[in-house]
Amino acid sequence: MENKILKKVDYIFQESSINEIIDVVSKTLTKSPDDIILDIIDSGLKGRGGAGFPTGLKWKFTKNEDNPVKYVICNADEGEPGTFKDREILDTVAIKVLGGMTICGYSIGAKEGYIYLRGEYNFLLPKLNKIVDDFNKQLKSKGIDFNIFLKSGSGAYICGEESALFESMEGKRGEPRNKPPYPAVSGYNSKPTVINNVETLVYVTMICKMGVERFKELGTKDSRGSKVFSVSGDTPTPGIYELELGMPLADFIEDFGDGDTKAVQVGGASGHCVPRKHLKETIIGFEGIPTGGSMMIFNSTRSMYNVLHDYLEFFNEESCGQCTPCRVGCQQLLKGIESVKKGDRKPQYLDELKKLANTMKVAAKCGLGQSVANPFNSIVDNFREEIIY
Amino acid sequence: MSNIETLIKTLVEKHGKTRNSLMPVLQGIVKEEHFLSEEAMIAVAKELDLSAADVYGTASFYTFLDTVPRGKNIIRICKTISCHMKGKDEIIEALEDVLKIKVGETTHDKKFTLLTANCLGWCHKGPVMLVNDEVFPEINQQKAVEIIEGIAKASK
Repeated sequence: MENKILKKVDYIFQESSINEIIDVVSKTLTKSPDDIILDIIDSGLKGRGGAGFPTGLKWKFTKNEDNPVKYVICNADEGEPGTFKDREILDTVAIKVLGGMTICGYSIGAKEGYIYLRGEYNFLLPKLNKIVDDFNKQLKSKGIDFNIFLKSGSGAYICGEESALFESMEGKRGEPRNKPPYPAVSGYNSKPTVINNVETLVYVTMICKMGVERFKELGTKDSRGSKVFSVSGDTPTPGIYELELGMPLADFIEDFGDGDTKAVQVGGASGHCVPRKHLKETIIGFEGIPTGGSMMIFNSTRSMYNVLHDYLEFFNEESCGQCTPCRVGCQQLLKGIESVKKGDRKPQYLDELKKLANTMKVAAKCGLGQSVANPFNSIVDNFREEIIY
Repeated sequence: MSNIETLIKTLVEKHGKTRNSLMPVLQGIVKEEHFLSEEAMIAVAKELDLSAADVYGTASFYTFLDTVPRGKNIIRICKTISCHMKGKDEIIEALEDVLKIKVGETTHDKKFTLLTANCLGWCHKGPVMLVNDEVFPEINQQKAVEIIEGIAKASK
């Protein structure tokens, strides 16, 4: 166990000019693709969208595919309740995202990159279009064969799921595909594809700029680097903060809570609810609760029944309806807690509902249905009396 | 050729005659017409060589691709937890009051449609409202009403 004090840092949002980033890209591209991928693997960078898959490995698998056409996709379909960091990144340091995409493209052998921006962030389009145009021109003038395009979503949370995102880009309903094959083998247009979160791509640029060793000094052994957190709810200081990974949740609440924190929802609606009594032993990071960065804080005035009800309504509406466990499961969980609350069902019915949630965890087709059990079980287990009475 | 067919032709020329262009084409129509009419979807199907059912299938999947008539300005109030805690119900009440419609409805003059939306990504600055593509964070009842009245005046 490393004993070090983890703290706020400032890498992601440090301003960079287009020339600076083009320099980083040009310098990085003097290395071989294999060396870059080894660097990214060595850095320990894991996906910042929430699932935490090692970025370097993703790239390696895609590079190993023998196909003349490959793609890099930046997943900017940020829809997880409580998450808003990708919007801020694209609003202030989009150029670093483009740098990361270019480095990825070179490493895996892709000539096209796409940013899939959620429709709710369309107000960023005029600005992003200009940055992307300028960047593409710069790449061309440097003789780098890579082009970036922008695509817009249309208000579907599920399209943040990678295979649903490909379907959407192909003009279809955003319904997740069966896996395998994984995107590394068959992604957008059924070609090998790397799909990374906005923040992950920024860290790629940062690692290439500051070096692997400097990056590794941040965070803990299992959770290398820092991470951008979206802090909201009952806090005097809501906002976006970059923190080292591996912090105990208690330290986090010490800094951000309002002194009356009852629970924290780590990782958004699909994440886990941690009650006050477990704050000390819970680590924010891959060794504890991995997160896409959403931290919603609830104080003692909040009803956890309302919180859970809100999440379940969200999943009901956003479930794509393709697979039965998720479509029917979300409905029944919502109806179930309503009937327990009304007294139509006995409190023990909550245990039946937990079984249903656990079934969804194994039977649902994609991450949406599989993760509903996270908020459901953690809220029902820790705040059972609030659900019943 | 009707207006809508001309618009679709232009959009298809811009984005390319492939299935992959379906989303941008539909988004382009919604931007101009505020919803996708049956006529529009059939015309898109013809232009992109798809079945009309296929086009409807895609259109009906996405919240922002409406297949029922909408007002010129679409108001979406975020209803997810953080904005819920910050008082989105009061905002909705105030707007229902001033527009004389309920959530899901369109005003008689077809200027406004009032809708709710799932997390808009402004949880630290709730409650938040989206009017078409424009975002209005940290609103209160009074601000929300002023914004809507401002838009109503501007579009007179």
